[in-house]
Amino acid sequence: MILLFLILILLLSGLLSAVVSRWNAQNARWTALSALVIDLLLAISICGRTWIDPATENNSWIAVWKTPWIPQLGIEFHLGIDGLSLTMVILTLFLGILAVLVSWKEITERIGFFHLNLLWVLAGIVGVFLALDLFLFYFFWELMLVPMYFLIGVWGHENRIYAAYKFFIFTQVSGLLMLLGILGVYFIHGQTTGDYTFNYNDLIHTDMDSWTAWWLMWGFVLAFAVKLPAVPIHTWLPDAHTEAPTAGSVILAGLLLKTGAYGLLRFVLPIFPNAAEALAPYAMTLGAIGILYGAKLAFAQTDFKRLVAYTSVSHMGFVLLGIFAMNEWAYQGTVMQMIAHGLSTSALFIMAGILHERTHTRDLDRMGGLWSAAPRMGGVTMVFVMASLGLPGLANFVAEFLILIGVYQVSMVLAGLSVIGLVFATVYSLRLMQKVFLGPNTENWRIDDLCMREWIIVGALILFLIVLGLYPQPVLDTVQPTIDRLLLLPNEVEHYSYLPPQPLSSDIGGGIR
Amino acid sequence: MLNTLWLVPTFPLIGFLLLALAGGTFTRKAIAVITLTAMGLSLVCSLLVTVSFLHSGQTEFTQVLWTWMDVRGFDPAIGLHLDALSVIFMLVVTFVGFLIHLYSTEFMTEDPGYARFFAYMNLFVMSMLLLVLADNLVFLYLGWEGVGLCSYLLIGFWYQDSANGHAAQKAFIVTRVGDAAMAIGLFLLFTHFGTLHIQEILQLAPKRWETGSTAAITAALMLMIGAFGKSAQLPLQTWLPDAMAGPTPVSALIHAATMVTAGVYLIARTHVLFELAPSIQLVVAIVGAITLLVAGCSALVQRDIKRVLAYSTISQIGYMFLALGVGAWSAAVFHFMTHAFFKALLFLSAGAVIMAMSHEHDMFKMGGLYKKLPITFWTFLIGSASLAALPLVTAGFYSKDAILWNALILDSGSGWLWLAGILGAFITAVYSSRMVIVTFFGEQKKEIHQYPGLRIQTPLVILAVFSVIAGFLDMPHSLGGFAPFSGFLHTALPHAEERGSVGLEVLMQLIAAAVTFGGIYLAYVAYYKKPDMPQALMTYPLLNNVRNFWFHGWRFDDLYNAIFIQPFVCAARWNKQDAFDAIPQWITWVNYGLYWTLRQTQTGNIRWYASGVAVGAIILIALVVLL
Amino acid sequence: MAQIPMEHGLLLAGILFVLGLTGVLVRRNIIFLLMSIEIMLNAAGLAFVVAGARWGEAGGQIMFLFILAITAAEVAVGLALVLAMFKKVKTLDTNVLNQLKG
Repeated sequence: MILLFLILILLLSGLLSAVVSRWNAQNARWTALSALVIDLLLAISICGRTWIDPATENNSWIAVWKTPWIPQLGIEFHLGIDGLSLTMVILTLFLGILAVLVSWKEITERIGFFHLNLLWVLAGIVGVFLALDLFLFYFFWELMLVPMYFLIGVWGHENRIYAAYKFFIFTQVSGLLMLLGILGVYFIHGQTTGDYTFNYNDLIHTDMDSWTAWWLMWGFVLAFAVKLPAVPIHTWLPDAHTEAPTAGSVILAGLLLKTGAYGLLRFVLPIFPNAAEALAPYAMTLGAIGILYGAKLAFAQTDFKRLVAYTSVSHMGFVLLGIFAMNEWAYQGTVMQMIAHGLSTSALFIMAGILHERTHTRDLDRMGGLWSAAPRMGGVTMVFVMASLGLPGLANFVAEFLILIGVYQVSMVLAGLSVIGLVFATVYSLRLMQKVFLGPNTENWRIDDLCMREWIIVGALILFLIVLGLYPQPVLDTVQPTIDRLLLLPNEVEHYSYLPPQPLSSDIGGGIR
Repeated sequence: MLNTLWLVPTFPLIGFLLLALAGGTFTRKAIAVITLTAMGLSLVCSLLVTVSFLHSGQTEFTQVLWTWMDVRGFDPAIGLHLDALSVIFMLVVTFVGFLIHLYSTEFMTEDPGYARFFAYMNLFVMSMLLLVLADNLVFLYLGWEGVGLCSYLLIGFWYQDSANGHAAQKAFIVTRVGDAAMAIGLFLLFTHFGTLHIQEILQLAPKRWETGSTAAITAALMLMIGAFGKSAQLPLQTWLPDAMAGPTPVSALIHAATMVTAGVYLIARTHVLFELAPSIQLVVAIVGAITLLVAGCSALVQRDIKRVLAYSTISQIGYMFLALGVGAWSAAVFHFMTHAFFKALLFLSAGAVIMAMSHEHDMFKMGGLYKKLPITFWTFLIGSASLAALPLVTAGFYSKDAILWNALILDSGSGWLWLAGILGAFITAVYSSRMVIVTFFGEQKKEIHQYPGLRIQTPLVILAVFSVIAGFLDMPHSLGGFAPFSGFLHTALPHAEERGSVGLEVLMQLIAAAVTFGGIYLAYVAYYKKPDMPQALMTYPLLNNVRNFWFHGWRFDDLYNAIFIQPFVCAARWNKQDAFDAIPQWITWVNYGLYWTLRQTQTGNIRWYASGVAVGAIILIALVVLL
Repeated sequence: MAQIPMEHGLLLAGILFVLGLTGVLVRRNIIFLLMSIEIMLNAAGLAFVVAGARWGEAGGQIMFLFILAITAAEVAVGLALVLAMFKKVKTLDTNVLNQLKG
């Protein structure tokens, strides 16, 4: 039941905050904030269960809840949580809290409706991370979409309508392709076993000939690749991220992109193991191209948010690379990257929002020398920029290093190209810092430094980036069962030329080869 | 006492955290006290650790704090490792670091970013200590990138000038190129050994890899490129002269004494891999030799006193790489130590001069300072003498002599490398003497703006003493062979086999001494006796061109600008709007075209619609009738 | 009384219809447009009556009555619209009324 509550609390408090805002707009904020905090505590209470309950070791689902929904079609309301979903849900709710906090001063119109949309999109995301019924998954997938469309279209910046349309069309079209894929798997499974069901645990055992699997997989892959986003279908992202309000950018970059990666890990790899393996070289190449291409475009931008948006493309290239490298290091690195990117990119968008509130511009050419006006803000941004370029000691380094180690086992060339991406990351990150905070203060900006509310936001982000950078083990342990299951997929064993048999610290001199 | 090892980097970390989080609320005095306490405790702690390490008789000591991450055999720890090599680096870093901090408390006293400066400096010392103490390559990489970050922050410390910012960016980006290669080396090592623990790799490598195997060569090559980036060796040396944009104590600490020698540390630390890849080791030696000549020539013609020292640093690190390349491990580390003393001394004295001249960097606008700033003059003179390797009385002589001697007689050495070294020694003697003469002699061209105080002069004197006596820690055979330094170091690094007779060694030392004196004499003639001579020579166009070529660092910046930076910037600029966005845009335009075409039929004219209906009806009827 | 052949009746209806249609297409004055539509409707009615007479069915005449009723309603609504239009644009020219142009 706790899983249902996770979603229901968000949906209901969304409605509630819309209602209470009629009396006092501030109530809507407090309602949303307290609902998210309660939800986060609930999710963390599941966390405790992972480590206490020994029964979970064999069964990688920590908790499952299901009830029939449309039994005639084999549709169930089926939720389940495992290590991967749990980390993602906690990330979602944490960033959700930050999204409410950053909107505290920024959103001044239609506050109740704003929080309704915010909480509903979060509910959709949590649902996506929890759904174990493919129909339900699609339902939540679409549920994310509409409130997000409003968030961009109503509270966004100058060119918001265009961005909102673009976002909507890209995701909707690709989502429909996924629906086709889901139905295809559903009917094939039904025909071969006589059991028409959307249940995830059944559908992953669907027998398909390789040709069918290949084409059905594309339906899923396109939907997830658009969300991820993979080059060349990333072009909705810069517009949407740039035009969305800060909270929208945080949710887009921090969470919506993760649903794409999550979908690949949760659905594409288990349902189509062989087809995914056939796709792997191409997907990894696209990932490496994305890293370099995103970084290069980020360097060219003059709009703060647009620059950060392209860094997202670059960072999510690592995710694509890691997912299709298909070994333990890469998988662990991918999950870490999802979290680390969620934190660091959201942080940069939040800084862009904070600056925009004060300077009313996002144009890098107009900024400069802000360090002298707001040194604390500069120092904080420096930390986030360093996280973004993968400085060791911060979470992104752990993620990127693990991914690259995994990729190196599969393809040295791609690992080498991606490492060049790290150099490019340095280039754009330092340029951002230089343009905004360093150099002469040509426009004589006088801006206030961070206030208490903003300190709480950035302080939490910095804390998590450092803790995860120096001690990521809790996350790695939580995700481990999910990754073990991915590694047990039928095609895995003979795929790699090299896998060290066990930790080597015990047998120095023992031959591996 | 060995268990307090973890405190050595922790004290600077605490200093950093205090200053970074609450720096604005402290007075200047409190800031100075905090940073000096942090550094002092770190120094005391490292001395205590060293003493108990020597007493314990162990050759190595490891302290694992916690496991950083553990994924399928990839389990780097946050762990510290102590052996002779790291002891020496640790002592130099904390000792020189402490002195430079002491110096800076006075030097930076009027700077508005006082707390920020010391926060960065403490963070740097912590990162550097982690680098030299790390027990695995990933943790070493953390320190490695950490010092790079601090270098960036401190070069761009005076951020309001965009030029400083660009110098800082250049330093970070160029070293990151090296770091990227090093990362690939790490992946390779992990793939082959299943661990990145340094000692395990050093033990496993000779068993798994044959000498000259491809894997060994690739691994050594990647680490070498990383070392080149950090240590400003060709072709990645361009960032160091520009790094002089930072405050002078920063140049002394980071860009002379410690961080730039991290490459030396890395190669010495992973020496087994380089021994397995003789071809790469030869490359290291050759690049070292070329770098020391190239940078030496550039140092000859600079006007900015800090740039002379910067090129000189590149050149001296070239010597260290030369030593590493021929397998003279302890000579390289010895030169690192003496260089840390005398180059830090030179930078700090230069800083005192620059401060006295109210931030004038051009040597030719100084002059005649030897009476006005006696302590600074004498310490600068001692530093320069050590740099020029004045025989018998300076530390630089002993360390450089060890390198030259080893380059000649070791198996992997050769006469050519020795020749490059001796030529470099000549150039060094010329530019060091030129620097002293131009700055301190001749007529005074500018009034003294500010006299250095006690906290500036004390470190100068201490470092001057060390620039002399440090040499006596490792005497050549010809002078008695009292060598506790290399004896200690050989517990961690292999012993270079000494051949060659004492007679030959004395001969070589005489040659080296003659070359040094020759260089000093040349500078004396050109800049003191006949100060018009350099100007006269410049009237020859060829010489003038050579001078300009050297002055601009052999035009490496222009080259890189043309082949890397411009293409990247152009590509970025051309494609600012993201070419892939054309695909959805194109779909949009097709739809818009269709819409526009059909829109033409909507005239709003009722008779037009009626005729449409009529024509449609006629066509339908015709179809019914005809078909 | 000699039977009028059905063909003649239908031919007349057709001619009237085409005349009406031509009127709709070529006239710009909305009054003439309405009149032309009236002619077309009556042509259709005539066709019904002729057909009803041919097969001896009452249905044709019933349809004609329907058409009369519809025509009356149409004329009422149409003329009201014409008045409204004239008030607004002071003309009866339909070419002016192209505000729905796409």
